[in-house]
Amino acid sequence: MPLLKTYLSGWGRYPVQTCELERPERYADLKPHADTLIARGQGRSYGDASLNENGRVLLTERIDRMLELDTQHGILRAEAGVTLADILPVIVKQGWFLPVTPGTKFVSLGGCVATDVHGKNHHHDGSFGNHVMSIKLIMADGSEKTCSADDNAPLFWATVGGMGLTGIIAEVTLKLIPISTAKMSVQHRSAQNLRELFELLESPELDDQYSVAWIDCLASGEHLGRGVAMFGHHATTQEYPAANPLASTPKKKRALPFDFQSWVLNPLSIKIFNMMYFWNEGRKTMPFITDYDSYFYPLDALEKWNRMYGKRGFVQYQCVLPDATAREGMTALLKELSASRRASFLAVLKRFGAEGKGLLSFPTAGYTLALDLPLRDKALFSLLDKLDHITLQYGGRVYLAKDARISAESFRTMYPRFNDWLKLKQAVDPHQRFSSSLSRRLQMGGQS
Amino acid sequence: MSNVLILGATSAIARGTAMAFAARGDNLYLASRDEEELKRIAADLQVRYGVTVHYSLFDAAATATHPAFFQQVLNTVQQLDGVVLAFGLLGDQQAAREFAMAEKIIASNYTGAVSILGLCANYFEPLKRGFIIGISSVAGDRGRQSNYVYGSAKGALSLYLQGLRNRLCPSGIRVITIKPGFVDTAMTFGLPGLFLVASPRDIGKQIVQTLNKSADIVYLPGFWRFIMLIIKHVPEFIFKRMKM
Repeated sequence: MPLLKTYLSGWGRYPVQTCELERPERYADLKPHADTLIARGQGRSYGDASLNENGRVLLTERIDRMLELDTQHGILRAEAGVTLADILPVIVKQGWFLPVTPGTKFVSLGGCVATDVHGKNHHHDGSFGNHVMSIKLIMADGSEKTCSADDNAPLFWATVGGMGLTGIIAEVTLKLIPISTAKMSVQHRSAQNLRELFELLESPELDDQYSVAWIDCLASGEHLGRGVAMFGHHATTQEYPAANPLASTPKKKRALPFDFQSWVLNPLSIKIFNMMYFWNEGRKTMPFITDYDSYFYPLDALEKWNRMYGKRGFVQYQCVLPDATAREGMTALLKELSASRRASFLAVLKRFGAEGKGLLSFPTAGYTLALDLPLRDKALFSLLDKLDHITLQYGGRVYLAKDARISAESFRTMYPRFNDWLKLKQAVDPHQRFSSSLSRRLQMGGQS
Repeated sequence: MSNVLILGATSAIARGTAMAFAARGDNLYLASRDEEELKRIAADLQVRYGVTVHYSLFDAAATATHPAFFQQVLNTVQQLDGVVLAFGLLGDQQAAREFAMAEKIIASNYTGAVSILGLCANYFEPLKRGFIIGISSVAGDRGRQSNYVYGSAKGALSLYLQGLRNRLCPSGIRVITIKPGFVDTAMTFGLPGLFLVASPRDIGKQIVQTLNKSADIVYLPGFWRFIMLIIKHVPEFIFKRMKM
């Protein structure tokens, strides 16, 4: 199998490491051929989850066949390398939709399982793993195991959110949700501060299948946490009476053709953007119809948008705080950010429902905040350490798929079910064959 | 709606081509040596595009089995509208210094093609319709030390397709020679010195689009025509000293 030694990074373009890539094109070649390896789908995790410094990275992008679509019951079986972008047009025209979708469709099915992604409906429907009927996993010895919530359940829940460390996810069978149109019905509400924003997200009258809030994190003082809450659901045929309600028109894709200079995104330019966004989006208080692409994947319209942050890349900080401490904790996080005079171009607040069964799954009942922070200087890391400190203090955790820098010690405190996971990891992969830069940084093999 | 036979259907370029045919609604018959892959690719095309896809085993080098194979294809699809020849074997040039390897490369790229395309041509000729798309290679345009066994077999294939085109032209049958440059497949993955590598899905789309155009010999991506124009015109007394 030919190999390609190259510099590699995640979506945040930090860190950059030398890895040895292997890209099988046949299902039979999807095997652990090296002493240490990690599978990588579309490389959309932000930090070092899909990197293996000086080791093997197994690209699954060519193992991307859809094998079976049961249009009666809404069940899709596909190889793990297939992207949500490939799946959507196929299922939407048949009246089905993904049960959970992250903010980009350019992710692989295997990646969705390995990071147990969540969407804007977590407070109702839980995370991706809840809707996975079964997976086929290639084990450290090369054998294939099928697992599900009923069959090999411990292995299944160690793999859902398990960051690819239990084996190579080869096939996924997913339960879809029915839709009657390809459109979304959406309404927005603006909030002048964080307290108002929480009230909007908690309001039973406004609550909908999907909800999310955008925060202007340059607003401070009495406007700290100013933002826009957005509520939506798949439009019914009454809301969208069209001859062919499941048809969707493909959009022209644009790509950012070059790296921005790192000064382009500065507090002033972001402030202007935020003011315009707040004004424009906050006004949309009447329900309106939009297509699912614009609703779920606004950033996908601009391919390679990570170039916006310049060559040095960026770090995404996403944490969740439990319900009891969320208001206080989020205020502390936003104050710290505002005091640092660093602007986050994108700040998103979301409500989570109950914790799932994935032993290393990120979501847990409460609120999650995601921040994009351009990497301009090393001082950013001391701000991030302060954010970690606040997250820990309020009993929260950081999302591994976004992380590039938390400590092994913080990780253990944040993920109390780690020891259960480790027992299973040691049973199925005693020689740490599945290993990534992230797993070594967080000492997930059990060494300390 | 047509029925298209794809020979060597499990390569990345063949899959890209099959997707482009299926996207315009054509039914497919896939053939290769790898049944497990055929099954997966066929299922994928059916799920994505809702077309009918058949498949069966086919070994280009086992020429004795070709007549029975071709009959089976005809029995299955009733009527065949076009053929894409996508099989090929790059092989190991170092190993090809021994005749056993060289013979395998020639059989997979050339003699196998002559055998099966002969059957296809004899089928299409009296019907006075149909198309044959042969995927050759830029490596067949000039012999180079790094892959001349493969290159010579592909060069022979290009000449064969040219002759076939001449023979079938009066019957209204298109014969198109595709010469891909660097395409991002298992054959090129990790090779040093690659530039402007094309995706196999894009190449597949362009291969199907050639049916709506008049060109007989198509370099893909198109700029390879100019690269090869230069390479073909380097005088031999210089070329023989070059490390290529």
